[in-house]
Amino acid sequence: MAAPAGDPLLQLEGIGVRLGARQILQDVSFTIGAGEFTGLIGPNGAGKTTLLRVILGLQPATSGRVLLDGRPRPRRAGAQIGYVPQKLAIDADVPLRARDVVAMGLDGHQLGIPFPSSARRERVTLALQAVDAERYADARVGELSGGEQQRVMIAQAVVSRPRLLLLDEPLANLDLRSAQGVVSVLARLASDHQIAVLISAHDMNPLMRDTSTVIYLARGRAASGRTADVIRPEVLSTLYGSQVDVIRAQGRVLVVAGDDQHADGRPANGAVITRRAG
Amino acid sequence: MPHIFRAIVEPGLLSSGPVRTAILVGTVVAVTSAVVGVFTVIRGQSFAGHSLADVATTGGAGAFLAGVNQFWGFLVVGVVAAGIMELIGVQRRRGRDVATGVVLGAALGAAALFLYLGTQTSSTTGASFTVLFGSMFVISPDTVPALIVSGVLALVVVAVLSRVLLFTSVSPEVAAARGVPVKAVGVAYLAVLAVAVSLSAVAIGTVLSTALLIGPAATAVHLTKRPARAMITAAVIGTAATWLGILLAYDSYYWPPSRRGWPVSFFVVVFVVAAYLVSYVRRPGRRPPLDRATEPGHDRDEVTVCSPA
Repeated sequence: MAAPAGDPLLQLEGIGVRLGARQILQDVSFTIGAGEFTGLIGPNGAGKTTLLRVILGLQPATSGRVLLDGRPRPRRAGAQIGYVPQKLAIDADVPLRARDVVAMGLDGHQLGIPFPSSARRERVTLALQAVDAERYADARVGELSGGEQQRVMIAQAVVSRPRLLLLDEPLANLDLRSAQGVVSVLARLASDHQIAVLISAHDMNPLMRDTSTVIYLARGRAASGRTADVIRPEVLSTLYGSQVDVIRAQGRVLVVAGDDQHADGRPANGAVITRRAG
Repeated sequence: MPHIFRAIVEPGLLSSGPVRTAILVGTVVAVTSAVVGVFTVIRGQSFAGHSLADVATTGGAGAFLAGVNQFWGFLVVGVVAAGIMELIGVQRRRGRDVATGVVLGAALGAAALFLYLGTQTSSTTGASFTVLFGSMFVISPDTVPALIVSGVLALVVVAVLSRVLLFTSVSPEVAAARGVPVKAVGVAYLAVLAVAVSLSAVAIGTVLSTALLIGPAATAVHLTKRPARAMITAAVIGTAATWLGILLAYDSYYWPPSRRGWPVSFFVVVFVVAAYLVSYVRRPGRRPPLDRATEPGHDRDEVTVCSPA
């Protein structure tokens, strides 16, 4: 496990988000260094998506601040932060090739008709190569499998050469092999291209081998640090506010929370937060 | 050869004033509808196009009653409806059904009243037919410049917004994070859609307008996987269907039963549907997922299941 690399790139200080009567996030603070590969782990409804949206500037925080390079995050971080949202629904009939979708990450936000250039084409190809997807660069994107589409969306997010890449549950709905493929692509982006990667997941196991640090989110609160330091019964019990057991078996981790109440009052049903994939 | 040509193309086709107007306007309408239609198909908004056509019926009928050219009725009511549809959330899949259904019902009810009153007062029974099913042969020459300018304007807006429209339809959240005003783009697009539907309604009527909007586009996206090519293909299909429709409608003035001609809209729609069916038959087989060799347990079917995180 590599120690946190480089200077602080992203800092969250006391982030809180309140939507109506619900406190979605409360006093969330952590730091991510350049080129670091971090898992954002937590059960469904813990606030992972909200946290990513706060970092992106899509969701205003009710308290706290987001710093990029030690300065308050500009209102439009633009190309500096790449984003792969959770939901992806492209019909098989949509006339877009994988390379067209990747090019959107380069200039999809601009007005006018795109000016085809070899430099533009080259950057798209490089991004597809970086995620091992150049084989299907010219395939209709709606006909690709879930794992293939996920890689195309990652290429779209990194084609603008961001320094931070946020991914919202990219492994959900992927089988174990596809998930591992995506994770190793992300690990390579982090180490070879010095892109800090923050990936949310409800199951930390596919990430264990490649991520060095983890942010664990439960009941809107976060604990962060090296994986071995965070995934401990004492730390997680404090986070959940009730007894939590951490079971390690066959190289896998299972976090078992008791009959606590979530912040929104819903019982957690003795949630086994991590489950066997595949 | 000239003999066969004359058997197909009636003498005097191109020297007829209404036919020349029909060809000119029909081409502008076909190209505009086809290009806008490709975005409609990509954005999955053919429902919005259909709703706008329904509402445009009210505008056209009202304009006819007021003695204004129906195009202005289509256009004004269509653009206003586009704004209202955004307000009631027609772009969101959930929640649009009920609200839109009620609004459309009310609009068509008003259209029925206007058309009824129109036929009572003017005694031209052709009015309701023209609003609902159009006729390219009765386009009044003084609206032609307005029709052409509207079409060109819609095409310019689509060209300027083309990348943003594609980006927001594929990854709206990423586009928003990159600073694209997703909602404003959606409203602008609905306005352009309203213009295209209005033009299409002039040519082939409000009821059939979606055929010219969606038909060529749906055919084109079968035939090509590149957005620009899809737009060109759709424009060619729409234009061809329109020209052939005009040709046959002109021929049909000598056809039974009435020898007064068949409606041009009928022929246009027939050719649009024929092209669509042919594209289905001729569609090249889909490639098997590339994953299968390297990533067993291909997961394409599972990707639609999303847990609300």
